[in-house]
Amino acid sequence: MMLSRTADHLFWMARYMERAENTARMLDINLKGMLLPQTPDQAARAQRSVLRISELESRFEERFPGSDSREDMLHFMVADTGNPSSIISCLHAARENARAVRGTLTTEAWETINFTWLEFGEKLAADELEKSPDMLFEWVKYRSNLCRGVMVGTALQDDAFWFIQLGMYLERADNTARILDVRFADAEPNSREAARQLEDFYYWTSILSSVSALEIYRKVYRDVVTPSRVVELLILNSQMPRSLLASLDGVCATLDKLRTSGSNECERFAGKLRADVLYMDIRQILETGVHAYLTQFLKRVDELGVRVMRTFLMLPLA
Amino acid sequence: MQIYDEMRHEETVRAHYARFSRWLSTQSPETITRKRAEADLLFRRVGITFAVNGDLSGTERLIPFDMIPRIIPGDEWRKLEAGLRQRVRALNMFIRDVYHDHDIVRAGKIPAEQVYTNAQYRPEMQGVSVPLDVYAHVAGVDVVRAGDAGEFYVLEDNLRVPSGVSYMLENRKMMMRLFPELFVQNRIAPVAHYPDLLLETLRSIAPAGVDDPNVVVLTPGMYNSAYFEHSFLAQQMGVELVEGKDLFVDENYVFMRTTQGPKRVDVIYRRLDDDFMDPLAFRTDSALGVPGLLTSYRAGRVALANAMGTGIADDKSIYPFVPDMIEFYLGETPILNNVPTFQCRKPDDLAYTLAHLPELVVKEVHGAGGYGMLVGPASTKAEIEAFRERLIARPDGYIAQPTLALSACPTFVESGIAPRHIDLRPFVLSGKEVTMAAGGLTRVALKEGSLVVNSSQGGGTKDTWMVD
Repeated sequence: MMLSRTADHLFWMARYMERAENTARMLDINLKGMLLPQTPDQAARAQRSVLRISELESRFEERFPGSDSREDMLHFMVADTGNPSSIISCLHAARENARAVRGTLTTEAWETINFTWLEFGEKLAADELEKSPDMLFEWVKYRSNLCRGVMVGTALQDDAFWFIQLGMYLERADNTARILDVRFADAEPNSREAARQLEDFYYWTSILSSVSALEIYRKVYRDVVTPSRVVELLILNSQMPRSLLASLDGVCATLDKLRTSGSNECERFAGKLRADVLYMDIRQILETGVHAYLTQFLKRVDELGVRVMRTFLMLPLA
Repeated sequence: MQIYDEMRHEETVRAHYARFSRWLSTQSPETITRKRAEADLLFRRVGITFAVNGDLSGTERLIPFDMIPRIIPGDEWRKLEAGLRQRVRALNMFIRDVYHDHDIVRAGKIPAEQVYTNAQYRPEMQGVSVPLDVYAHVAGVDVVRAGDAGEFYVLEDNLRVPSGVSYMLENRKMMMRLFPELFVQNRIAPVAHYPDLLLETLRSIAPAGVDDPNVVVLTPGMYNSAYFEHSFLAQQMGVELVEGKDLFVDENYVFMRTTQGPKRVDVIYRRLDDDFMDPLAFRTDSALGVPGLLTSYRAGRVALANAMGTGIADDKSIYPFVPDMIEFYLGETPILNNVPTFQCRKPDDLAYTLAHLPELVVKEVHGAGGYGMLVGPASTKAEIEAFRERLIARPDGYIAQPTLALSACPTFVESGIAPRHIDLRPFVLSGKEVTMAAGGLTRVALKEGSLVVNSSQGGGTKDTWMVD
C-alpha cells in the first residue's frame, strides 16, 4: 500500500531512466552505422528513421527546419531540453520524479540518480557529445545499469519497488520494439533495395550489440546472423532480457505482486498481450510484416500503460 | 561594542575549544581546501539544495557549510535547555489560555487588543480542545549570545513551522564523514535520534482511541524551499510524505489516496502555514491544503502539529510579554533573557525609537526571514530615513530593539579564518513530555560585520556540538 502519487513518480522515474538508456542504445547503432560505407542517401535515411521511430520528425523539423545534419540530430536527441524525449530531458524527468519521492528511495538509489543528472550536465558542458559520443552513450548505459543495480541491491521489495519494475519493463517493451523497427519502418515494401538492405549483416550485428545481444545470439543460434533470427530473438525469446516477451513477463509478474481488488482488468489486458507474444511464431510475424506487427504491438503497449495509470496511479478527481 | 568570541577569551583559547583548536593547528591549508571541496560534492550528491525552480538549468543552491563547529560546553547547554523548556511550556499554556479561559488577559498582564485583534489570532480555535493541551509541538527558538559575558538572549520563538532541523542533522553527518577523528577525541552529544523524538511526539498527540496512529508529513510540494527537509524527516520517521492533493476529508475523517484505496490519517505534521491549510476556511485560492480539514480538526478526528493558531504566541508584538507569561503560568523566574523591546504602538516607545534609529534594530511585527527589518548601525542615512517614513505611517506594525553585539565564531573565509557572527536555533519538542536533542542549528553571517544570518540573505551553517 502506498500513496498513488508516490507510485506515479516511481513508475515514471523508472520509465524515463529506461528511455534514456534505450535512446542511447538506439543512437549508438546509428553511430556505428556511420562507420560503414554508406551512400549519403542511406546516411540521411538512417538519420530520419531514428527520428521517425521516436515519433519526433515534426518536432525536429520545427527545431531545425530543413536540416539533415547528423550533428543537429544528435544534439536534438541528446542535449536538447526542448525535446521531451532527448536524453537530457529523460534524465531530468527521472531525477525530478525521484526528487519528488526521494524519501521513498534508499539514499544510495537517490544519490545515484541525482548524481547521474548532475554529471550528465557536466559532460555536455565539457563537449563530450561532440568529442566522443560513443563514450557518452556508454556512460548513459552504465549509469542506467547502475541505477537499476542499486535499486535491486538496496530497496525493500515492497510496492514501491514493484512500481519501479513495472515502469522499467513497460518502457523496455516499448523501446525494444522501436529499436527493432528502425530498419523495417524505413524499408520500402517489396523494393529490391529494401531486400538488400534488410540482409545487411553489419546492420543486424549492430542492432544486436546495441541491445547487448550479439554474444547471446551466437550462443543461442551458433550460426550466421539473419534478420529473421534477430527478430525472433528480440521478440520471442523469453530468456533474452530485453526481448518483448521477457519485458511482458516482467510486466505480468509485477502486476501479480501489485494485485488489488480493482486491478483485474489491467492484469487481464497485460496477460492477453503476453500470451499473444508467447504463442506467436516467427513465420507468422514475417508473413504479417515485421513493421506491421510491431506497430500493432506498440499500440497495445501504449494502451497497457494507460490502463496501469488508470488502475493504480490516477488520483480520483476531487 | 565588545564582541563575545566563542573560541577565545582575549588571547587564550576557551577550555571547551582547546582540543579542537589544537587539532585545527595541525591541519594544513591543503587538507582544509580538499575537505571543503569534498563537503561541497557530498552535499550536491545528496541533493541538500534549496530554492529550486522547475527549469532544466540545474542551478540549485547549497547553503554554505562551514567546517569549524560551534561548541557549547555542557554546563552552559544545561542552563540553556532548562530555559528553553521553561519558555516553551509557558508559551503552550499561553496559547491554550487565549483560546479558552483568557486568564492572562483578565489578569491585566497583556492588553486584550494585543491578542484578540491580532492577525495571528484564530477565532476558529476558540474553545477547541487539542490533545494534551499542547499547541506548539515543534518550536525552533532563535537564541543569540551577546555582551561581554556572552549572555543568552531569545530573539524569536518560531512556533508555526520552524525549519532547519535537517541541516542540524546533515551537518553532523558531514562532520563525522569528513573528520571522524574529532569525534573520537571529543565527547560530542549525538543528535541523530531527533527523528525518533519527533515521531514519538507526533504519535503521542493522536486522537483519543487511536492506538497505532497513521502519521504523515504534509508538504507544499517539491518546489518549496524546505522540501528537502520535509522529505528527509518523513523518510527518517518512516512515514508518508503527502501533499494536499493526496488527502481528502470524508465524514469528518481525513484519508490519503493510496494505490489500494483510501487510508485514514490520524496525525499530520504539517509544514504549511495556517492560511493554506484549508481553502474552505482560510485562503480560498490555496491549492496546497485540504478542503474540510479544519472541520475535521475541530471535531478532534485528526491531530495537527503544530496546532492551528500558534502564531499568536510567536508574534513579535506578543514577544515582549513572554517573561510575564513564565511568571504568570509557572510562577518561575525566566531563565533566559528577552531582548529589551520597544513597542512602537506606544507613543513613548515610538518617540524613543525615532530618536535612536541609527543604533536600533527595527522589525516588522509579522515579518520573517530577515526581510522588512532595519539594522540601524549597518544602514545608510537614506535607508534610515526611508524606514522612518514607513514607521511613522504605521507604528503599530513595528517593534525596536537595541542592536545586540552577537557573539562571533571563527569561520573559514576567503582570507583564511576570521570571526563571524552566529546565532543558534535549538528545537524543542512538546508532546507527552518536552524533549530536545542536545544541539541545534547554528547559522553564521558570512559577510564581515553582518548580523543577518538568514540563508536567504547570504548566511551559512555550522555543526553545533554540546561537549562535556
